[in-house]
Amino acid sequence: MREKEYRYASAARGGLLFMKGLSGVRNGDRVQVRDHQGQVRNGQVIRTTTEMVLIQVFEGTDGLDLERTWVRFLEEPFEVTLSPAILGRIFNGVGKPRDGRPALISQTKRNVNGSAVNPAARAYPKEFIQTGLSGIDGLNSLVRGQKLPVFSGSGLPHNRLVAQLVRQAKLPGEESNFAVVFAAMGISHADERFFRQSFESSGVLRNVVMFTNLADDPPIERLILPRTALTVAEYLAFDLDLHVLVVITDMTHYAEALREVATAKGDVPSRKGYPGYLYSDLAEIYERAGRIRDRHGSITMVPVLSMPSDDITHPIPDLTGYITEGQIVLSRELHGQGIYPPIHVPPSLSRLMKDGIGAQYTRDDHARVASQLYASYARALEVRNLASIVGAEELSQRDRQYMDFAKLFERRFIGQGEEQDRSIIETLEIAWEVLSLLPPSELTRVSEADLARSHNWSEDRSPASDSEALVA
Amino acid sequence: MAKVVDINGPIVIVHLPEVLIGEQVRLGELGLLGEVIGREQECAVVQVYESTEALRPGESVEALGHPLSVELGPGLLGQILDGIQRPLTAIAAQSGDFIGRGVHPPALDREKRWPFVPNPLLKTGQRIQGGQALGTVRETQSIEHRILVPPDIDGELLELAPQGDYTIEEIAARVQDSKGQIHSLRFYQRWPVRKPRPYLRRSAVGKPLLTGQRVLDTFFPLIKGGKAAVPGPFGAGKTMVQQQIARWSNADIVIYVGCGERGNELVDILETFPELIDPHTGRSLMERTLLVANTSNMPVVAREASIYVGVTMAEYYRDQGYDVVMVADSTSRWAEALREVSGRLGQMPVEEGYPAYLASRLAAFYERAGCVDLLGGEGSGSVTLIGAVSPPGGDFSEPVTSHTKEIIQTFWALSKELADARHYPSVDWADSFSGYIQDAAAWWSESVDTRWERLRAEALGILSRADELARIVNLVGPEALSSQQRWELAGAQVIREGFLQQSALDEIDSYCSPQKQFRLLELLLNLYQRGQRLLAQGASVQRLLELPLLATAKRLKSQYSSEQLDEMNAFAQEIDDIFSALDQEYLAVPVKQPAA
Ligand SMILES: Nc1ncnc2c1ncn2[C@@H]1O[C@H](COP(=O)(O)OP(=O)(O)O)[C@@H](O)[C@H]1O
Ligand SMILES: [Mg+2]
Repeated sequence: MREKEYRYASAARGGLLFMKGLSGVRNGDRVQVRDHQGQVRNGQVIRTTTEMVLIQVFEGTDGLDLERTWVRFLEEPFEVTLSPAILGRIFNGVGKPRDGRPALISQTKRNVNGSAVNPAARAYPKEFIQTGLSGIDGLNSLVRGQKLPVFSGSGLPHNRLVAQLVRQAKLPGEESNFAVVFAAMGISHADERFFRQSFESSGVLRNVVMFTNLADDPPIERLILPRTALTVAEYLAFDLDLHVLVVITDMTHYAEALREVATAKGDVPSRKGYPGYLYSDLAEIYERAGRIRDRHGSITMVPVLSMPSDDITHPIPDLTGYITEGQIVLSRELHGQGIYPPIHVPPSLSRLMKDGIGAQYTRDDHARVASQLYASYARALEVRNLASIVGAEELSQRDRQYMDFAKLFERRFIGQGEEQDRSIIETLEIAWEVLSLLPPSELTRVSEADLARSHNWSEDRSPASDSEALVA
Repeated sequence: MAKVVDINGPIVIVHLPEVLIGEQVRLGELGLLGEVIGREQECAVVQVYESTEALRPGESVEALGHPLSVELGPGLLGQILDGIQRPLTAIAAQSGDFIGRGVHPPALDREKRWPFVPNPLLKTGQRIQGGQALGTVRETQSIEHRILVPPDIDGELLELAPQGDYTIEEIAARVQDSKGQIHSLRFYQRWPVRKPRPYLRRSAVGKPLLTGQRVLDTFFPLIKGGKAAVPGPFGAGKTMVQQQIARWSNADIVIYVGCGERGNELVDILETFPELIDPHTGRSLMERTLLVANTSNMPVVAREASIYVGVTMAEYYRDQGYDVVMVADSTSRWAEALREVSGRLGQMPVEEGYPAYLASRLAAFYERAGCVDLLGGEGSGSVTLIGAVSPPGGDFSEPVTSHTKEIIQTFWALSKELADARHYPSVDWADSFSGYIQDAAAWWSESVDTRWERLRAEALGILSRADELARIVNLVGPEALSSQQRWELAGAQVIREGFLQQSALDEIDSYCSPQKQFRLLELLLNLYQRGQRLLAQGASVQRLLELPLLATAKRLKSQYSSEQLDEMNAFAQEIDDIFSALDQEYLAVPVKQPAA
């Protein structure tokens, strides 16, 4: 550590501190900034030349008096201290305890930026995780080591959904060593409390590590928080062999902090003022999920983001969708109808589902049933659209069957209780119940054998009344 | 003295007076690799292929005296290389599961011995020139690797290695050029990646690149030596289309470049390809495949290089007389890497932050596709380029998509609506196009059936008329349609579900031979036309729509594999029988002529 403290700060704006007349400072190094009240802030070198140094200050630069600001270069990268005692603890974005307990003591420290996993060392994620939610298990299965975000919007129940997922997620027939890393950025105190209570009541709290930067905490710290959290997740997964579920919420707040700093730096903006490197930056976070060959643990990641104005083409959900292995999209419309979880099926996707399901993990007909539900629901939505134009009376018998199908699908298959934990077999049985509202000739994605086994069609039943009964 | 002056992310300014633009440099204690992309007086602007964390101003810099180049020789196939051709398996052996910095193992194994068979036609004392084969080694069971005279060598053959086992560093031949200089040729050569490898001349484009994917081969064909783009929003199926091409296409060599995309997608290939059998050679697919990986979390500058590294290796196999396909997933990430570097250099952005030279760089890249006559004068080879494009928000009017569209000949536009309904491949028949229909038609006509072009046009006609009808229905309701029109909608649905949709995950249907493609299309069109005729004879459309035959027709594709065409013909018989019976019924009714 350089003993000296420097006082050459020449400018401070937007969380950035410029230091002149300094040379030979290493890029990425950790910095301590002491303000005139003696408060220490954390910073990191993000540009360094033979004449000046640019520092990003995680607590922001507000209230800094340049004449009375001292900077100390720690000659080390940003690291987090790791030990098994980290489970059950709460930290801020730079790894400082927030639970009133002492800091961890350990020799094991790692650079929070990590390094890219060698693609040649990865193992393809395959093991089906049962979340107990039909909209996920049946249609967009999650597998161990996957990164599957939730695209939500303000006021939608993503917190309840994620809490339920943490509570219920399991590998069928396996009691495993697991841990939860919970990274919160810009969420409210109430939301943080909700999560903590939910972990507590489901008895997982001792397996949870929390990193929190709440709505009233300094926003720039959000740039380092997920990196700190993921370094811990990597330690838990690949050193301690745990199956780690990482929940990060809300990535939109992360991206906004990134934009803020980028603007202050004068980076060329691309879309909506976000810098061109937003994609690569997000990828550095998301790609830390996965499995590694010959290692026992895994990192499964469920980032949550709110889509500004519910717009899925906004850069944050858009770039996220380009990186993650699918997405679960929530629908304001279904939510408005009281359907929970309001999973908007058409744009939702799990890219890793194909290898995690079938006879080996779930059931032989799973893929075909999922594909059929998607196709039939897409058709049903067209019919619904048509009905809104020409009136339901104009619809053919077939189209009316589709209308009933859509209703039952949304209410019975997608909709379920917050406490309801369905097995994958139950999910598939309900799927068939719903598909039985359509005649076999409409179900060409499933095989004839599937139909013979599970399809319960009768030509003359009156679907409308039937579906009411089923929903009730 | 050469030293680091300014570090700004991947862009580093160094004091290095004599260095050339394009030259490779090594930076600092770690020996980070970079490339000079600009000069300002005594200083050079360097883009660094690795993270610059912990680099400090004042550290030393070394110019390496050569541009970014790749090693070309036996042992490339089956490997996974990073964006600057470092072998990722060797890196893992050195630095573990996470990629270390400053680690630069060579792409080609120095220890491995290859059985060399000299070219029997060559005699010492004769003149030889660039591109000629000195001999061959068997690189994999399915690929014979020709050891080539480097393009810039020309002279008298002094010595040729006899048959035997050699490492690549040993001398394959010695050649004396006209100036009397003697060149020792090894079993591998180097080539700078930004410079296209030379050929004798471009030859006429050749045969279709058959992918086994119906919507591609039958509707929007690509030709060996052609250029194609696959644009689509996330989740539309770009990667899957490219993986299917890597699996099933009738190319000799496939180079799969994962440029700024997911690590797991490469693992998927690494884990499945060795077990998959190439339908054309009966050998493991990995024997003809080479992966280049710069995943989204790997340094952005190497992403820009990865495309060139890939295409240079593609040209090298082309120069051995092979038909090579290179798929790049995704060219948008490459363009973004360009944008990032140009942004850090303070260059003027023109559209959405992209530099003005985006279009010309894209065009120059795709220009490296083509069918060529080889430099050595013996035979021809081809490079086919297929680039995925990832438009922000799925908007095809953005710069990368729109420039690419101007350059390529085959455009497979993927649609979110189709993908959301799980209609895969989600190739939109209205927005996609192929400029190679005539070339493809010649081949289909000769090799499969003379009616190919006509049937293709008929099917496309039904699809586009049905789209128009669907729009009408959405305005005024289904009642406005005539019986013929309702049947047309049903016909289009049969084509969509029974022909266009093809699940990559369906074991039977994942690959579809040209013969099966044609037979299926013929059957489905026949079904449609016979229905049309019945309607004209007065049959009720309701009755036709209720025929169980329709559902059967949609399932045919996954009922019979490409080897079971005879069985599929049984279905043809079934259509005939059913319709003949119906014909009988309606024959009593006076026949109206069907509309032409
Ligand atoms: N031809 C296909 N057959 C079956 N499933 C497909 C096909 N194409 C795409 N998919 C499905 O769509 C998902 C997304 O496809 P992918 O190629 O990864 O999209 P993109 O690269 O455009 O983001 C895949 O994980 C797979 O589930
Ligand atoms: Mg993709």
